[in-house]
Amino acid sequence: MPWTTVQVEKLDNFFIKGDSTGDRVLTYRDALHEAFDQSMERDTKVFIMGEGVDDIAGVFGTTKGLKEKYGSNRVFDTPIAENSLTGIAAGAAMAGLRPVFIHARMDFLLLSLDQLVNHASKWCYMFGGKVKVPLVVRTISARGWGSGAQHSQCIQGMLMNVPGLKIVAPATPYDAKGLMVSAIIDNNPVLFVEHRWLHKTTGNVPKEMYSIPIGKGVIRREGEDITIVAVSYMLVEALKAAEKLQESGISAEIVDLRTLKPFDEEILLESVAKTGRLLIADTGCKTGSVASEIAAFAAEKAFHLLKKPVKRVCCPDTPTPTSDVLEKAFYPGDEHIFNVAMNLVKK
Amino acid sequence: MEKSKLIEMYKTMQLIRLIEQRINDEYKYDEIKTPIHLSIGQEAVAAGVCIHLRKDDYIFGTHRSHAQYIAKGGDIKKMIAELYLRKTGCARGRGGSMHLVDPDVGILGSSAIVGGSIPLGTGTALASKLMNNDRVTVVFFGDGAVDEGTFHESLNFAALKKLPVVYVCENNFYAINSHQLSRQVGDNIYKWAQNYGMPGFRIDGNDVLEVSDYAQKAISRCRRGEGPTFLECLTYRWKGHIGTVDDVGDGYRPREEYDYWVSKCPIKWFSEFLKDTGVLTDEHIKNIDQEIYDLIDEAFNYAQNSPKPSPDELLNFVYAD
Repeated sequence: MPWTTVQVEKLDNFFIKGDSTGDRVLTYRDALHEAFDQSMERDTKVFIMGEGVDDIAGVFGTTKGLKEKYGSNRVFDTPIAENSLTGIAAGAAMAGLRPVFIHARMDFLLLSLDQLVNHASKWCYMFGGKVKVPLVVRTISARGWGSGAQHSQCIQGMLMNVPGLKIVAPATPYDAKGLMVSAIIDNNPVLFVEHRWLHKTTGNVPKEMYSIPIGKGVIRREGEDITIVAVSYMLVEALKAAEKLQESGISAEIVDLRTLKPFDEEILLESVAKTGRLLIADTGCKTGSVASEIAAFAAEKAFHLLKKPVKRVCCPDTPTPTSDVLEKAFYPGDEHIFNVAMNLVKK
Repeated sequence: MEKSKLIEMYKTMQLIRLIEQRINDEYKYDEIKTPIHLSIGQEAVAAGVCIHLRKDDYIFGTHRSHAQYIAKGGDIKKMIAELYLRKTGCARGRGGSMHLVDPDVGILGSSAIVGGSIPLGTGTALASKLMNNDRVTVVFFGDGAVDEGTFHESLNFAALKKLPVVYVCENNFYAINSHQLSRQVGDNIYKWAQNYGMPGFRIDGNDVLEVSDYAQKAISRCRRGEGPTFLECLTYRWKGHIGTVDDVGDGYRPREEYDYWVSKCPIKWFSEFLKDTGVLTDEHIKNIDQEIYDLIDEAFNYAQNSPKPSPDELLNFVYAD
């Protein structure tokens, strides 16, 4: 069993409430699987490629059995050549297909930046809108179990600086399915940011196919005293922190942007107008993070609404350590969010 | 080869040559505000390959892609307008000389990152295979691109999946001023391709008949679903790497080397061949050339009189709808 699976199996089964009214419960992983299955069923132009997508494990179960159902032309293994494979997927997209290319670790995405940044993301603009690149690049970040500096990175912040690239980071099973469907339908390169620790999260997911608009955030929990924007897996930590804050008499509003680029400015402004305090929790390192961008946005557009300085809860600017002791010190969790939030609301 | 195709190849080579000479002449007026990379001396490669392509086949090129764009049938007026960065340009002034595009004839763009378009062309070939059609992709690149990982990664993948792609390396021996032998151990690029599991040939890139012959076989092989082919075409650029400069002598390329290749001018040789074999007369050639001059005049007039983009269009096309 892969080490990340060992780690993830040890996690509590976190249930996300209130995402949809149905009573059908799926894990994040199975919701993604359903998104692929239904998208491939609906459109023969959709195909999945990447290292190990057709093996028995099926990318942590998310692509399991799809080769058997749709054939090896539509679900196939690739050489370990991240950069060229990204370009190959982009080329197939230019010719009218809808590829989903998978990196089992977000760290590996760094090998593909030439094709992703210099090519796929710029192609539409550089050619005056004449050629589209409907490409989905799926990446999975991991955490814990000594993943170390090269198997744990969350570099979504770095990639917000790339014009032409859309970035989504769903945190719930409902959003995972709906945003994957949207990413596949979208006519642009979309980076689909997953976190391994979300794969086991459960929530309500309708059986029918649906999409969630890219660029629309959602309020996960209403509150009055502080806005907590949580990115990807940090949503789970933020929801836990909000429970504790409630016990201390503080009402936290949790904003889940779901799309990091272009992000929902309106939902942020509305929430900050209500609370006057902003804390952003991101899975990546602090400098140049998603949290930094949101903080800058708040400084530009919401300064008059803020009662206190913006706070960021991120990983420190160090490579990820491997020691379990250092790992514990490296990763912020619900306690950290709780403490920073308490300080912010303190009179 | 039919007479009409021979004449077509002459026309294509001469069109490339005369357009590029005109660009060279106009560049000093600073109205073409984009880096240009001229292919003068290398015309036979694009002409000999593209003569066998259908309109719906794909090509990808590099920063030095005027020749391929012209040979594949890209719209000339829109090309020149793009060089002048006008709204009417093929990329609406967003691309310039290094980023010509004409999807109507299978030109899906070109990359100014060395080796950058090799995976993209491998990807359109993958699409042809997955969609079970017989559209062929040709990727053009230079000997410099062979230094890049994308070359090796893409050739491996294309051979593995038997993709309908022809890789055409225009080996002009220089990456800017760096000679091939200062960058690679041997001078047998085509052998790399062979080792990746595809037929690889080294041919005279200044002999349009030889290029055409090998390209035809390679393209037919793709259409039959038998996989990729690699062609290393030895050729030479007459101008410097960029702009209108000459980089001969004074520590740059040796004068004797340059003179040798100019004496092997692909157009001079081919037009003499066509006359010797009775395909064309001097009179024919004069008429063809006049038609080309007229077409070029028309394109430059169109470009120079086209509107420039307005600043309020800046943010258009970042995303496709």
